[in-house]
Amino acid sequence: MILGRYRSLLTAVAVAMLWWIAASGVSTAGTPDATRITVKDFMFEPVSLTVKAGSTVTWANMDDEPHNVVSDTGLFRSGAMDTNESFSFKFDKPGTYHFTCSIHPRMVGTIVVQ
Amino acid sequence: MSDDRLLQSRRNALKCMAYGGAGTLFALAGGVFTPIELAVAAADKQSAARLGKPLFVQISDTHIGFNKDANPDVNGTLTQTIDLVNGMSEQPALIIHTGDITHLSKPAEFDVAQQMFSRLRTTELHTVPGEHDTTDATVTEYFNRFGKASDNKGYYSFDHAGVHFVALINVLQFKPGGLGTLGTDQLAWLAADLKGRSASTPVVVFAHMPLWTIYEPWGWGTGDSDQLMNQLRRFGSVTVLNGHIHQIVQKVEGNMTFHTARSTAYPQPTAGTGPGPGPLKVPAEQLPKMLGITSVSVVQHPRSLVLSDTTIT
Repeated sequence: MILGRYRSLLTAVAVAMLWWIAASGVSTAGTPDATRITVKDFMFEPVSLTVKAGSTVTWANMDDEPHNVVSDTGLFRSGAMDTNESFSFKFDKPGTYHFTCSIHPRMVGTIVVQ
Repeated sequence: MSDDRLLQSRRNALKCMAYGGAGTLFALAGGVFTPIELAVAAADKQSAARLGKPLFVQISDTHIGFNKDANPDVNGTLTQTIDLVNGMSEQPALIIHTGDITHLSKPAEFDVAQQMFSRLRTTELHTVPGEHDTTDATVTEYFNRFGKASDNKGYYSFDHAGVHFVALINVLQFKPGGLGTLGTDQLAWLAADLKGRSASTPVVVFAHMPLWTIYEPWGWGTGDSDQLMNQLRRFGSVTVLNGHIHQIVQKVEGNMTFHTARSTAYPQPTAGTGPGPGPLKVPAEQLPKMLGITSVSVVQHPRSLVLSDTTIT
């Protein structure tokens, strides 16, 4: 039992370390909220985002103009997001996903799911 | 400033607002549309008469549902626009709306817009959708209300007073990174529609996004518009009317006149000014000068169309 408890503790430490590594990876990328894409000044920021499979990505519109996000393959499509509105989508499978604002098709971005 | 002058300037500002949100009046003259101030046309019956009978008024970019600083009262400016059109001494035969009826494609926005349009004395309304009207993937809300003329395709044609009108849709098949698109089906339909028509028939083509490239970095153009122009070139008088950019830009090329209309809701920056084509906030007293309609008249001798733009000031 003691060994069992010790094992759980080890597991907890390992999980914490993994979390710390992952978190520090995020912080070196310079974005504290790595699954969030800000839509501002007619641009997606970041324009390309890499996440792990199972992550939920949120797009948040900070412009006075509405924007939306439409997957090139039809996998996801938001409605028109007005100012301060957002849209989220969970990416289950690894792959590269391109998206566009159909209101302003010059606005394009990419999600890479690992 | 004295109190009197302040009062006077307030009065003037209110007077300006009284004409807020007006459209543009077009008269076709020698194939070239000439802008005419609607307010002038309304006030000066002689010059209005010289324009001939107004054929139609173009209203654009009403953006019902918009509520930001650039114009917190788009219903108010559309009401002023409708009052202005209803006040014209001779009523236009048709009203053409070149899209972005709503801001967010919401059912309630469409309902308000339709209610407001029902106040127009001229009851024949022809529309094309803008990209703001089609953000629901299926375009259900727009087509449920305005799809009948085109059998839910978005493009259709009709004739009035010897003028052939063509309504096109260029906001659906968008290409990532690109401009508006007409698409092969629509272009093939148009070829069949124009086939056999006399080159002397005046043609009016209208769509939401500009059918000529005004500013590519902001998507102000239509990628396959060259194929459209090839079909139109043989006609002696072609008028191409668009909205989308919330300001007047004009070009004459051979027998073709290109014209974009003002919005009735809010202005946008000129091409390339600032980060993108968003709502432009201007001082309240300036706003009515940047909103308007376009009106088109037919002059019979020689037979031609004349265009006129009217602001709300």
